[in-house]
Amino acid sequence: MSDATREIEALIELMARLPGLGPRSARRAVLHLIKRRGQVMAPLAEAMAGVARNARECAVCGNIATSDICDICSDERRATGEICVVEDVADLWAMERGQSFRGRYHVLGGTLSALDAVGPDELGIPRLAARVAQEGTREVILALNATVDGQTTAHYIAEALEGTGVAVTSLAQGVPIGGELDYLDDGTISAALRARKRF
Amino acid sequence: MDWRDEALLLSVRPHGESAAIIEVFTPSKGRHAGVVRGGASRRLAPVLQPGSQLSVAWSARLEEHLGHFIAEPVLSRSFLWQDRLALAGLSATLALLAFALPERDPHPTLYAATQALLTSMEVEGWPADYLQWELLLLEELGFGLDLSACAVTGDSDDLAYVSPKSGRAVSRRGAGEWASRLLPLPPCLLGETPTDEAELADALATTGFFLEDRLARELGPAPIPEARRRFIDLLQRRAK
Repeated sequence: MSDATREIEALIELMARLPGLGPRSARRAVLHLIKRRGQVMAPLAEAMAGVARNARECAVCGNIATSDICDICSDERRATGEICVVEDVADLWAMERGQSFRGRYHVLGGTLSALDAVGPDELGIPRLAARVAQEGTREVILALNATVDGQTTAHYIAEALEGTGVAVTSLAQGVPIGGELDYLDDGTISAALRARKRF
Repeated sequence: MDWRDEALLLSVRPHGESAAIIEVFTPSKGRHAGVVRGGASRRLAPVLQPGSQLSVAWSARLEEHLGHFIAEPVLSRSFLWQDRLALAGLSATLALLAFALPERDPHPTLYAATQALLTSMEVEGWPADYLQWELLLLEELGFGLDLSACAVTGDSDDLAYVSPKSGRAVSRRGAGEWASRLLPLPPCLLGETPTDEAELADALATTGFFLEDRLARELGPAPIPEARRRFIDLLQRRAK
């Protein structure tokens, strides 16, 4: 195998490790990149090198940023007294896509898990409690996954913030937009029924 | 090889990008693992939540293979998630089963008791049922406590302690100067209704000793699941 082929194979192997890609799709992607070296591959390599160099965790909320403090935490307009607690950066990005929350975030980096032996100390829960006290927070919104681990973590945080005077709320659970009742699981239907509101 | 049974879902782990490896507790096969194709998909993820009651069909070419499950929902127990204590109890129950049960070893009595416990979690007072469930778990796994009579005097009244060595009851008279070395035997361990959460916490400390010192030690270096400690902590905080 020539050096060039070996380099391409190594690239394919690396690409195949990405989520959503397998060896065949990685091979297709690499071929596409090679064919469009100037328009796609070079700018992509440059962008990746830049992010690899500069990406870091925001010291305040745990979001991924290219500076010590992320854009959301440094934006004064977002100091609304509300902190939205999410499990992961992907959840923060999902909330931001919705453009309906204008406060700040706190990324836990996981949930309490009996299976994986993740405890409160591994998550940023003490850091969250400190933030709530420092920033004069009025409301903490728990936007955690509707799973056993997510809800266990939500209860733990609510308990950790008891006595601080801050309002602890959580996202509603129920019928998704475009959802058909016939296709919903019974857990979601009963949660939706419990959270019904006057129409 | 294939079989079909009802099952309590104990745990779910992602497997690859779209599949999941689940562990279930069934009446006829005990704790059993298998792959669910598409188990991480949007359609199946809500169904595959720990604590859910499922109807499962398992198949594999050979019995010793991991095999595949086809899982259908029977009952979601997500209604327990709103109650902090019930969720902690549910997590402790599932974690203990996943931790302690040997694979593919049926325990139909424990299965029935687990179903009854999870059903009782909807109403107040269920932690006393949880205590009885832990006693049954110890018994089913060969570490049962004998609380029928005093190990020293043979008396069946005034039982106040449990011997940490034998797991047998000891009466106040039989304990004598050894009382400080024995574990407490609150009346609720003998099946009476606990007077308060403090009594229950004492009883769970006693079962906890045998879970930790006997069962977990027998199983290997891993400690008792953290979920149980969190549940007991919550009970103790409520007792204060």
